Amino acid sequence: MTARERIAGNVAGYVDDRTGGAKWMKKNLQKVFPDHWSFLLGEICLYSFIILLLSGTFLTFWFDPSMREVVYEGAYEPLQGVKMSAAYASALEISFEVRGGLLMRQIHHWAALIFMIGIVVHLMRVFFTGAFRKPREFNWIIGVGLLTLGIVEGFLGYSLPDDLLSGTGIRIAEAIIQAIPVVGSYLSYFAFGGAFPGLAFIPRIYVVHVLLLPGIFLALITVHLMLVWYQKHTQFPGPGRTEKNVVGYPLMPVYMAKAGGFFFIVFGVTAFLGAVASINPIWLYGPYNPGQVSAGSQPDWYMGWLDGLVRMSPPIETYLFGYTISWNILIPGLILPGIIFTGLALYPFIESWITGDKREHHLLDRPRNAPNRTAIGAMALTFTLVSLINGGNDIIATSFDLTINQMMWFSRIAIIVLPPIAFIVTKRLCLSLQRADRDLVLHGRETGRLVRMPNGEFVEVHEPISPEKAWLLTSHEQLAPLELPEVDGAGVRRPAAIRNKIRNRISRAHAVAVPKATETERRELEGHH
Amino acid sequence: MKRLSRLRRHRAAGPVLLIFALFTIGTTFQVASAVNQENATVQSRSTAIAEGKEIFLRGCSSCHGLNAEGQEIAPSLIGVGAASVDFQVGTGRMPMADMSQQAVRKAPVYSPEEVHALATYVASLAPGPAVPGDELLNYERDGSVAEGGQLFRTNCAMCHNFAGQGGALTQGKYAPTVMGVQPKHIYEAMITGPQAMPVFSDKTLTPEEKLSIIKWIKSAESEPQLGGVALGRVGPVTEGLLAWTLGIVLLIGVAVWLAAKAR
Repeated sequence: MTARERIAGNVAGYVDDRTGGAKWMKKNLQKVFPDHWSFLLGEICLYSFIILLLSGTFLTFWFDPSMREVVYEGAYEPLQGVKMSAAYASALEISFEVRGGLLMRQIHHWAALIFMIGIVVHLMRVFFTGAFRKPREFNWIIGVGLLTLGIVEGFLGYSLPDDLLSGTGIRIAEAIIQAIPVVGSYLSYFAFGGAFPGLAFIPRIYVVHVLLLPGIFLALITVHLMLVWYQKHTQFPGPGRTEKNVVGYPLMPVYMAKAGGFFFIVFGVTAFLGAVASINPIWLYGPYNPGQVSAGSQPDWYMGWLDGLVRMSPPIETYLFGYTISWNILIPGLILPGIIFTGLALYPFIESWITGDKREHHLLDRPRNAPNRTAIGAMALTFTLVSLINGGNDIIATSFDLTINQMMWFSRIAIIVLPPIAFIVTKRLCLSLQRADRDLVLHGRETGRLVRMPNGEFVEVHEPISPEKAWLLTSHEQLAPLELPEVDGAGVRRPAAIRNKIRNRISRAHAVAVPKATETERRELEGHH
Repeated sequence: MKRLSRLRRHRAAGPVLLIFALFTIGTTFQVASAVNQENATVQSRSTAIAEGKEIFLRGCSSCHGLNAEGQEIAPSLIGVGAASVDFQVGTGRMPMADMSQQAVRKAPVYSPEEVHALATYVASLAPGPAVPGDELLNYERDGSVAEGGQLFRTNCAMCHNFAGQGGALTQGKYAPTVMGVQPKHIYEAMITGPQAMPVFSDKTLTPEEKLSIIKWIKSAESEPQLGGVALGRVGPVTEGLLAWTLGIVLLIGVAVWLAAKAR
């Protein structure tokens, strides 16, 4: 034992004597994680969140969340002498006078965009592989909560600098609040501490943005990760992988190195974007003034689809007992998002209700083997994409020589027509892929070698696939649809029976699949060839 | 006589005579040249009108009518003034490339002299806004950038975007970018209100305020890309596109690489 090892041992022993951490560390540092690139998508979120905390803290040193009116006398010449809020002036100070301030602001904003992209991509991975199934429903709900809060947090950050764009965004938020029937205008007065824009809103959302929501985020992310730790990570099916084990590499040293390295890469990409690409050039927008608005005022992308829904909604209003109900804002701004996020949060329960499957699942599905779920996902993505495209309709119209009216009508029709088409096409594609898998298992791989038989017939030589691959293509289980009794004991159709009938029908649609190749079929064919 | 000869020999006689002579010559030349100039302007004006009319008949009358009275497909030009012609033809919008929603800015078809002739001809039909002279366009001396920015955001940004990059209007019409436009043409656009643009009369925006707006536009035009690549200065759409392409693709690429190395 060298002197250095002895010193290290003494220090470790000293700490262990007082914390008893050695046993816990030994156990947990050996914890095994499965390896797949898509399991790193959640880490993108975690790391960009850390970057957001660090860069955000830097920004708070100089940002003054106050609506006090000041006359700008800073470094940016085109605004000198202009009256503005202290919030906007301090955001300009961060951009032009604080050393590294503009870079930090841009890193903060790019990290926010990447954080939200990471959440969506991670959500897609979890959804399409069925990782949300029992026992991970709670973690799914926490994830949906993080997504929703992320949208709110991002919007508040976008609103803080009090430039023309953020003020326009707040104005739209105010309109959506006011669209709530009966209490809308009261809520708006409550949120703004009076009439729009008032002096109270920026200081209030500042506290929410830097204290309340980050606190909730930290708590939710901790629970999210602890649940992953406790429930263990899901894995893709493969040789030696079962519902009862986890095949992969230990945390120490493999994942420590990988995850640590990945953090620096995420930081590097964000810093690179912050260094080379301008984001939210607040000095060009000018200070907020309710009498001004810019063409092409858009929210950041994670709100863009909501803006797109509002932009495509037809002008419908009802005048009832002296109150105006603005359906044109209420439906796209509140009702649809409410339905979408509730549906998203409840999806694990809906699927388990359809399949009747209450078992635990630790092995992931290949998306093709759950055609109905994959098709629902494709449908939801199509819906969001159409509305996101409409959110940028003016920029797209000018860039591609289209008219904004065409864009709007395209979106109005496409938002209803395209999602069902996406559902049907995706489901068919999944079934075709299943059929291809079945062919592969039964007939082997096409080699492209043609052989002429003695009788003159040409045949292509098929090569059997490896047993591992065959196992991979046939290991998934194909659940039979539910068959609940549709009549009661006395042969009478009762309300419960009708519900069962509906559930059976949905379950049948959900369970549609190409029967996977069985061992008997394979042997039979082998004998035949 | 004696007196005269004495005076003639006075020592101040030379300078006085010289001054008198210079004064006479100067005045005569002044009067003569003024008469000449008058003749010349009238003459060049009528030549310009004739030339302009010729160009008009050749290049514009098929749509705007033989007497600029307008037809179904094109408006009357009587009373639109020289400023309007100078803007539309000088920026290449007229003659139109095709009958699309809106005339597109392109390389001008006519030379500055021809544009001048056309403008003079149209201005001769009925009075209208004149082409602003250079003394009206001295934005470097007269305007204020900060005020211009405020005015631009109040009056122009709702169509032309916060950084003057242009934006979409209804039915395929659009507000073009104001970057790279001559100050004269910006000024003319404000006083004539071409296509979908409203007229900003001197009551709405004083000439000084117009200059401030031009000054701000020129300052935005020459402003370096302070935060890195400007991404078109059109707001969050291009930013989101970059994050969804370069940003996440780089990160997923690294993730794939990290997971692949373990095998």
